[in-house]
Amino acid sequence: MSKGYNFAYLDEQSKRMIRRAVLKAVAVPGYQVPFAGREMPLPYGWGTGGIQVTASIIGRDDVLKVIDQGADDTTNAVSIRKFFARTAGVRTTTRTPEASLIQTRHRIPETQLKAGQIIVFQVPIPEPLRWLEPRETATRRMHALGDYGAMHLKLYEDIARYGRVTTAYDFPTLVNGRYLMSPSPIPRLDNPKLDRSPALQLFGAGREKRIYAVPPHTTVKSLDFEDHPFTTERWAQHCARCGAGDSYLDELVIDDRGTRRFVCSDTDYCDTRLAGTGGAR
Amino acid sequence: MYVAVKGGEAAIDAAHALNASDRRGDPATPELTVDQIERQLGLAVDRVMAEGALYDRRLAALAIKQAAGDLVEAIFLIRAYRTTLPRFGASEPVSTAAMQIARRISAIFKDVPGGQFLGPTFDYTHRLLDFSLEGEGAAPEAPGATTTVGPLIPVTTLLQQDGLIEGERPDDATPVGDITRTPPTYPAERDVRLQALARGDEGFLLGLAYSTQRGYGRNHPFAGEIRHGSVEVEIAPPELGFAITIGEVELTECQMVNQFKGSAEQPPQFTRGYGLAFGRGERKAMAMALVERALRARELDEAVTAPAQDEEFVLSHADNVEASGFVQHLKLPHYVDFQAELDVVRRLRDEIEAKKAAE
Repeated sequence: MSKGYNFAYLDEQSKRMIRRAVLKAVAVPGYQVPFAGREMPLPYGWGTGGIQVTASIIGRDDVLKVIDQGADDTTNAVSIRKFFARTAGVRTTTRTPEASLIQTRHRIPETQLKAGQIIVFQVPIPEPLRWLEPRETATRRMHALGDYGAMHLKLYEDIARYGRVTTAYDFPTLVNGRYLMSPSPIPRLDNPKLDRSPALQLFGAGREKRIYAVPPHTTVKSLDFEDHPFTTERWAQHCARCGAGDSYLDELVIDDRGTRRFVCSDTDYCDTRLAGTGGAR
Repeated sequence: MYVAVKGGEAAIDAAHALNASDRRGDPATPELTVDQIERQLGLAVDRVMAEGALYDRRLAALAIKQAAGDLVEAIFLIRAYRTTLPRFGASEPVSTAAMQIARRISAIFKDVPGGQFLGPTFDYTHRLLDFSLEGEGAAPEAPGATTTVGPLIPVTTLLQQDGLIEGERPDDATPVGDITRTPPTYPAERDVRLQALARGDEGFLLGLAYSTQRGYGRNHPFAGEIRHGSVEVEIAPPELGFAITIGEVELTECQMVNQFKGSAEQPPQFTRGYGLAFGRGERKAMAMALVERALRARELDEAVTAPAQDEEFVLSHADNVEASGFVQHLKLPHYVDFQAELDVVRRLRDEIEAKKAAE
C-alpha cells in the first residue's frame, strides 16, 4: 500500500461528504445530487466520478472488480484496479460473482448481479437532457417539473425521420416513474439489466460533480412508444470463442480484407463459459 | 483464433518507463535541476502555481520537470497534490494596496501619485532571437537600484474618491464561496466567478478576452492599473484573536476601468473588471479582468449576447484540468458504444436497401 496517503486515497472528510451525497442519491432514485468532487490523480473523463464513489464506500473486506468495455484487461480498467490495490490494498478479482464492488465503464456484466453487490458506473455526462438543452439552469428546472416532453419529441423525430429511434447507447431511462436518467454510455442491451436489479447501482460523474443512484429493486424503464417498443442490439453471429448467443459482442477486424470476428465484450463471462463452469444469465 | 489487444499491466509500466526516459533525454546532457527550473523558468512556474491553485514555487518547478515542460500536465500534478492537503483555514484578504511593488503601470493617467514603474517586462523588447543565449555566459547585470517601492495608492482608489468609478462593495456578512468545496451552481456570484477565473486556463481566457475586444460583448476597457509585487499573507487563528503574517506571495493585479453606467438615482460612473494571478502572470491577469467584467453583464443589467458574458459557458469550460481530461478521454476504448452505433447504422442501411429492392 502507498505510504503518505489515507486508505483508498481520499481523506475521511471527503469520503463522508461523498457518502452523504450517495445516501441522498439512494433516497431520491435517479436524481442527480451535486457533490464537491475532488481532483483525483487520474484525469477527468477517465473515471474520476466512479473512483471517488468507490473510494468512499470501499472497505478492507471488499473484493473489487474493475471493467472497461466489459473487459478486465483494458488499459484504464487495469490502471484503476491498480490504483485501489495500491491505495487501499484490497483484494481484486475478475470474477463477477466474487466481487462485492464492481466499478465499470460502459457495460453491465452479463452474469446477473445479486443482492449485496454494488456496481459503480463511471459517468461522463450525467444529464440525459444535455444534448437537447446545454444549460444546467434549464435542465434542473425540467427535472423539477418532470418536463420530459423534449426527450419524447427527440425520440419521435428520430422515428419520423429514420423510421426508428437512433440513440445507440446511453439510452434515456425513467427511474422509479419519476426522474429521467442517463444510464451512462452502456449499450441498449444492458438497459434491461438496470431494471429491478437486486444490486445497488451508483453513478459517479467527477468532472460534472454529480452522483445518482438506483437502489435495489427499483424500476428503470427505457423510454419508448407503444407502437415503437424499446429494442436492443442483435447479432447474426454467436461469440467466436465461447459460442454465447446472448451476450454483447465486440467486433474485431482480423485481416486487411476486412474479415470480421465477433467475441463477448464481457471477458469474465466468456472465460467462465469456456471453462464450462456455468455463468448463464 | 484472434489475439486480442491486451492492455496488460506490463505494457502500461513499460509505457511509463519509456516516457520517463524520454523526459530525461540523452544522459550525456546534464540533468535539469528543480532549482534551475524554479529560478530560470520562473514564468512557467508562475503559470503552474496560478492554474494549479497552489502557491509553492518548488513544487511547481518539480511538476514542470516531471511533466517534461508540459504546463497543463504540470498544473494537473499540482492540483492532484493540492487536493490531498489538509485545510487549516482561510487567510485574511490580502491587501494589494499595501503591495511592495516591482512593476506598476497605468494606461489612463500619464502620471500617477507614486509614479509608474516598468519593472521586469517583455514589453518593448524587440522579439529577435538572442543567439548569445545559446552558449552559457555571464549573468546579466541588474540595472542599478531595482528594489521595490510601496505602498502606492491604487489608481482606481483615486477615481473612486471622486465617485468616478463604482465603489468596491466589501461584504463581510456573507461567507466567501469556495469552488473546491461546493459544487458549482448557476447563477454564480462574483466571488465564485473570480475563483473559477483565477484558476482558469490562460489560453481560454485570453481568447475570450480577445473576443470581447472584437465586439462579442464589448465593454470599453482601459488598463486602469497593473501592478506586480509581493504582499503579506495573514491568518487570524481563533485562539489568538488577531492576525499574524505567515509569509509573502508574489501577485500581479489588473484593474480594468470599463464602460460607464448611470441610472435615475446614480450619476454615470465607470465600472470595474478585476484580474489577479500568482507571480508575473500579467497576460492572465489582464485577460481575466476583461472576462470578469464581461461576466458582470447580468449584475449590471446588460444584454447577455456574447460567449464571454455567459457565465455557464465560461465557468464550465475554463478549467484546463477538466477540459484536458475530457477531451483526451476520447483515447480510451469506446468499442462498446461504437458497436452500438454500428448496429443502428447497419439496420438503417438494411431498411433502405430493403425498401429500394421492394420498389
